[in-house]
Amino acid sequence: MDAVSRIVVDARGLLCPLPVIRLQDAVKNLPPDTEVELIGTDPGVMQDIPAWCRINGHRILESRSDGNQYHIKLKTGR
Amino acid sequence: MKKEGHDAPARKYRYNCPSQRHGPIFMTDRTHKAVALISGGLDSMLAAKVILDQGIHVEGINFFTGFCVEGHTHAIRKRDQAKPKRNNALWVAERLGIKLHIIDIIEEYKDVVINPRHGYGANLNPCLDCKIFMVGKARQWMMENGFDFIITGEVIGQRPKSQRKDTMPVVARESGADDRLLRPLCARNLPPTLPEREGWVDRERLHGFSGRTRKPQMELAKRLGLEDYAQPAGGCCFLTDENYSRKLADLWRARGEKRYELDDIMLLKVGRHIRPRPHFKLIVAREEGEGRFLQGYKNRYPHLQTVSHGGPLTLVDGRPSPQDMELAARIVARYSQGRNAETVEVKTVYGGEEGLLAVTPLKPHEIPPEWML
Repeated sequence: MDAVSRIVVDARGLLCPLPVIRLQDAVKNLPPDTEVELIGTDPGVMQDIPAWCRINGHRILESRSDGNQYHIKLKTGR
Repeated sequence: MKKEGHDAPARKYRYNCPSQRHGPIFMTDRTHKAVALISGGLDSMLAAKVILDQGIHVEGINFFTGFCVEGHTHAIRKRDQAKPKRNNALWVAERLGIKLHIIDIIEEYKDVVINPRHGYGANLNPCLDCKIFMVGKARQWMMENGFDFIITGEVIGQRPKSQRKDTMPVVARESGADDRLLRPLCARNLPPTLPEREGWVDRERLHGFSGRTRKPQMELAKRLGLEDYAQPAGGCCFLTDENYSRKLADLWRARGEKRYELDDIMLLKVGRHIRPRPHFKLIVAREEGEGRFLQGYKNRYPHLQTVSHGGPLTLVDGRPSPQDMELAARIVARYSQGRNAETVEVKTVYGGEEGLLAVTPLKPHEIPPEWML
């Protein structure tokens, strides 16, 4: 994976919907097929980020919980 | 240059509905676009659906003020973790098959809360100013994105402060939206708006709901197949909550000015707030979930934690003296498992320095009710 085309959004410590807003802002001007990873601590991200991706045509690649942190990888849509 | 959105001219033609039920429908040669204020509740969902069903392109907009009551805020507390942790606005958008734009208005919204031109409601809720502000922001979004009009789920008489027949024109006028603001659920009780007059939407297929009853909305939801919806018991804003407003008023009083940051208003949603002295207060976690939440703030606040017994993480907001920290430790000990012990050891962290205090827990009668916020 090319480091330039992978973005990490650090949403740790934020309650929803702030992680969604941070992700939305980060993705706004990204080209399609860019990989983005969101890291959060609010368990709500596990529902909200996939819902936001479905609405906006982005694809979830992976979502996992790592103790008290949640990692969601997605690929931007067209 | 080609004009888009509400500046673009649209040719209008008359379509006679074969059923004769709705009379002539005026169609245009392009799809008009509406931005819907989506709160996540039933009314805004219905309003958007009514307009979607008329062939209008609808996208949702949802504003985050910091005071929003979210399932996730409740989920901080462990006892509430069985509740679904969904964001209702996102869920509504997905149900309707529309895009949703969530906008952070935390900074701009401060002026609405601090200086409401139309005053507060029963608590610190500036509902009318809030509606004017949000419709104004939606208007700005509409202009920037080439949309034609704005939809809200307002119903005349539904809310005592902001949704009255006399305040509806105030919202339209002061927001700048004027007759591009359409309320599909009560439109037939109001003068026709631009989308109705121009035939972008059929007024006959809008509604004339009024009053506090929710029955017509529930019946419409059933007819439209939207029977699963959020029913927030206390509304969607913490400012309508008496306890929350009291804590915010206390914060302003203690600071000597009406000012807040996001951390302040998030922390007002969590824990037991105790103000033993005017210049500092304690935020005591009530259970594990709140303790975990407060952990995220402990590097920014003086804090205390019992070490000889199990007990809650407690943040201190203000400028406590060493004597104050000892009083704080006695209060924290009161809420620990050592409340009946002679001595409880409490770790204190203040200004980057750690200390250890051995204190006698306060007895319940030593905590005056007026300390409790």
